[in-house]
Amino acid sequence: MHTQYVVGVTAVLEIEGLRKTYRSRRKGARRALDGFDMVVEAGQVHGFLGPNGSGKTTTLRTLLGLIRPNGGRMAILGEEVPARLSSVAGRVGAIVESPQFFPHFSAQDTLSLLADAGEVPQARVAEVLELVGLRDRAKERVKTYSLGMKQRLAVASALLKNPQLLILDEPANGLDPGGIREMRDLMRQLSASGMTVVLSSHILGEVQQICDSVTIISLGRRVASGPVAEVLAQHSGGGVVVRLESAGDLSSAAQVLVAAGARVDLKPDHLLVTGVDKPAWVTRTLAGRELYVSELAPVTVDLESVFLELTGTAPVAGQHRQVDQSVEVPA
Amino acid sequence: MKGLIKAEVRRLVKRRITRLMAVLLVLGLGAIAVAFTVGSQKVGPAQVAAAEAEAQRQYEESLRWHEQMVADCEAAKARGEDITQRFPPDCGNEPGYAPQREQFDASWNLPYEFHFREQFGVFISIFAGIVALFGFIVGASYVGAEWHTGGMMNLLLWRPRRLSVLFTKLGVLLGGVLAVTVVLGALWTAAFWFIGRYDGQTGKMTQGAWESFALSGARGAGLVLAVTAVAFGLASLGRHTAMALGVAVGVGVVSEIGMRIALGIAEIRFADRWVLSTYALAWFEKRWELQDWRACNISFSGQCEPDMFVVTWQQSALVFGVGTAAVLAAAIWLMRSRDIT
Ligand SMILES: Nc1ncnc2c1ncn2[C@@H]1O[C@H](COP(=O)(O)OP(=O)(O)O)[C@@H](O)[C@H]1O
Ligand SMILES: [Mg+2]
Repeated sequence: MHTQYVVGVTAVLEIEGLRKTYRSRRKGARRALDGFDMVVEAGQVHGFLGPNGSGKTTTLRTLLGLIRPNGGRMAILGEEVPARLSSVAGRVGAIVESPQFFPHFSAQDTLSLLADAGEVPQARVAEVLELVGLRDRAKERVKTYSLGMKQRLAVASALLKNPQLLILDEPANGLDPGGIREMRDLMRQLSASGMTVVLSSHILGEVQQICDSVTIISLGRRVASGPVAEVLAQHSGGGVVVRLESAGDLSSAAQVLVAAGARVDLKPDHLLVTGVDKPAWVTRTLAGRELYVSELAPVTVDLESVFLELTGTAPVAGQHRQVDQSVEVPA
Repeated sequence: MKGLIKAEVRRLVKRRITRLMAVLLVLGLGAIAVAFTVGSQKVGPAQVAAAEAEAQRQYEESLRWHEQMVADCEAAKARGEDITQRFPPDCGNEPGYAPQREQFDASWNLPYEFHFREQFGVFISIFAGIVALFGFIVGASYVGAEWHTGGMMNLLLWRPRRLSVLFTKLGVLLGGVLAVTVVLGALWTAAFWFIGRYDGQTGKMTQGAWESFALSGARGAGLVLAVTAVAFGLASLGRHTAMALGVAVGVGVVSEIGMRIALGIAEIRFADRWVLSTYALAWFEKRWELQDWRACNISFSGQCEPDMFVVTWQQSALVFGVGTAAVLAAAIWLMRSRDIT
């Protein structure tokens, strides 16, 4: 690796108040981004989550200069874009939406032409083909590739520059389970080598497994962001499940905690306590009144439920949710 | 920048349609040259003598037919039949009714002989027309397919300066088509010069004659480049090869057929003034005369001369130049401002 990576917590990608309204003569105006903010720090694998049509692809296209925003500011690797995009383009590898290539050229030719256009040594072509597992099929025409193979080729084209920032829009699309795992390993490996990876997805298990931090977008606005653990903790409400040695004491314990300033939900066999900083505070407060805690556990949530809650896209029995039908949640 | 140029040259040459069209172009031009090699024959004393003999033979045969007819007519008259229906008056015995020797011109029987100096000018126009078609198809599909398949978007992720990408592509395309025009044009000239030299006549090729051909060739090359650039601009505007083809067919139909009919019905004078092909002809011929036969100007000799409208090659240059510039300007403007989704 010849590139020097920036160490420490510097923002590799910053977006502030980004706005984009698509206008078309027939369908009128459609507001895709409505004051969107996002920050990605160096060396992270950052998940960019949102339901279909929430504005992920629009954000990435705007960032990469394919679309003109109606307002807001953006910076990549410390350079304002789109003004200084051409000076950072060589350090940003990206795939946007379902990747498309000229169908009559082989993967080898496609990458070789991009390498020439971007003034990258031709030797890099074989390296990236190896990396994404297309080595043995590289001489076949792209037309004959499966969706997953095209996706791999797209990742290869993004890696060709050996970028500092890698942006992948729904990279797991069309990949088989083995492919998804390989992609995940590849991203870990790239991130370990110092690359910052931004990964848009609506597949949450994926993101939770490999991302250090996430930004969640809904209806063109950021609804949550930060390290995965933090986002989970915030949206579990810091809730704690409290069980006592004797169930008969539950209601008096509830009164004690409410008096001490916590919010309490009285359940038949436990208390659900929210609004406390540290679970240990519950134990201490109750012990002071000679009420003894037998079990104290933070409420576990996964990213999926947070996502569904924040974007208001949880399925409701008997209803067919339409795209764009998300609930507005204050950030 | 060098890398981008290299990549675009490689892409252009690698495309199947470029290769296929180049092969068809060479085959087509080759076929025309071969047809004229075979069809043209040098005319020497032997050919002249053969043509004279053939003319004589035709004269004699025609005379025999005539005499036979006169004999038949006389016989019928002797039998008292009505001869006015089947035979000319006086059984064709009138003076001057019999075939005359000078009515049979030996030159009609001469084989076709290609004359380089006098005829090659037309072949320059034919060449330019065929190469322009090649430029149109290659130019439109080169950028049209690139947009349509998402290749352009990929490239812009590497090279965000949109106009420099567009200009590089256009430059590479025009350079490539110009190279093809020059190389094939040289071969085309050589081929016809050889046809003139060995199967016809070259005529007296003075420096002036060569210069005149060179100028015609340059005008032809100019037209080829303009057509190529327009195809490129249209396909880029519509982000699809079909856009250029559609507009070409549309303009062709509207200009060549629609305008002619409409202006004809409206009895507009010099209707062809509004038809594009008139300007193409004027471009090649240096001037093109449109005539209005309904007007009668009495000339010195007392004859009726039609009104005339002259289209010059300068006017053609203006029409084609403005058209090309407009298409390219629109393509550039849209390239700068459009959302690429
Ligand atoms: N070219 C376009 N013209 C009009 N509307 C568009 C266009 N592209 C996207 N949109 C709209 O913008 C919104 C966001 O789309 P997108 O960014 O593609 O969402 P995501 O990638 O999160 O699924 C959607 O409502 C979509 O319909
Ligand atoms: Mg998308």
